[in-house]
Amino acid sequence: MGRRLPKIFLQIAAVVLIALLLGIFAWQLVNRDSATSLGDRVNAGATPPAPTFELERLVGDGTLSLASLRGKAVVLNFWASWCEPCKEESPRLEQAWQQWRHRDVVFVGIDSQDLEGDAMNFARRYGLTYPLLHDGPGAVIGHYGVTGFPETWFVDRHGRLVGPRIQGPISNRTLRRNIQRALESS
Amino acid sequence: MTRALAALAAVVALAAPGAAAASDQHPTLADLEDEVMCPTCHTALELSSAPAADRIRAFIRREIAAGKTKSEIKASLVDQFGEAILAAPPTRGFNLLAWLLPLVGGALAVVLMAFAARRWLVSRGPPEDEPGHEANGRARVVDRDLERRLDEELARFDA
Repeated sequence: MGRRLPKIFLQIAAVVLIALLLGIFAWQLVNRDSATSLGDRVNAGATPPAPTFELERLVGDGTLSLASLRGKAVVLNFWASWCEPCKEESPRLEQAWQQWRHRDVVFVGIDSQDLEGDAMNFARRYGLTYPLLHDGPGAVIGHYGVTGFPETWFVDRHGRLVGPRIQGPISNRTLRRNIQRALESS
Repeated sequence: MTRALAALAAVVALAAPGAAAASDQHPTLADLEDEVMCPTCHTALELSSAPAADRIRAFIRREIAAGKTKSEIKASLVDQFGEAILAAPPTRGFNLLAWLLPLVGGALAVVLMAFAARRWLVSRGPPEDEPGHEANGRARVVDRDLERRLDEELARFDA
């Protein structure tokens, strides 16, 4: 019995270790699926809560959280200064921001996986005046399941995503239609 | 010969930290390219041609030109991208586990192998030249057979 005891402990430890590894694997799998399926759900017409975030402002001090924008429609644009299509899209976003900014709509640009200096130069070059946030590590894009830049999401007054998400440069027409949808979502 | 080897070892030991310090004080792009990751493709910078990697290379060149040390450049990158930008995790805090776990795992494997080998040797029984060997029936038969063959060979030799 004395010799069997350590063997039983080793077996239990091995089973626990394997269960732990399987648990980590399952957790990763579920998390990845939930991130990628968020876009699919939104595209299918669902309105799940928008993943929350609080990020440093790219221009100026302080942070901005999505929660602080509750009550307004939010245009969430993911971009990076090295992204070529973003150069085409940015002037259009700035123009739309000027049109919508006094109508309970906030544009938020999230600069991801980018150098702060490069992003600031980009913002200056294209004259971007809407709130720009810096997410160097790209933590928020993981929560949304962003697959490339630019990508635009819409959040209604209640903090829920309204679809569809737009992958690639957004057109004026799509922008207008989705802002209306976010404003009218109840 | 021993003196020459000792002198060589001393030169290497003294030169290595010196070279590392020089690399830290006056780094080149190549010094950093294999220690920094591309944030979008998750490979070492030296292996990536992604636009984000090009920007980081340009940033490193600017920092080197500004006289920044390797540690300062890496710290600046970590500040902007987080620690995932480094190819190897830092040797402190939670990241220390990434360095220690393989060592602990290796040591554990050696201990387990030694334990298993010992058990295997014990279960196999004593070697042939030990007194306990007679207890093993099969070994004894082989021994007798060999003995007989040896006697026959010797007898043939004597004849």
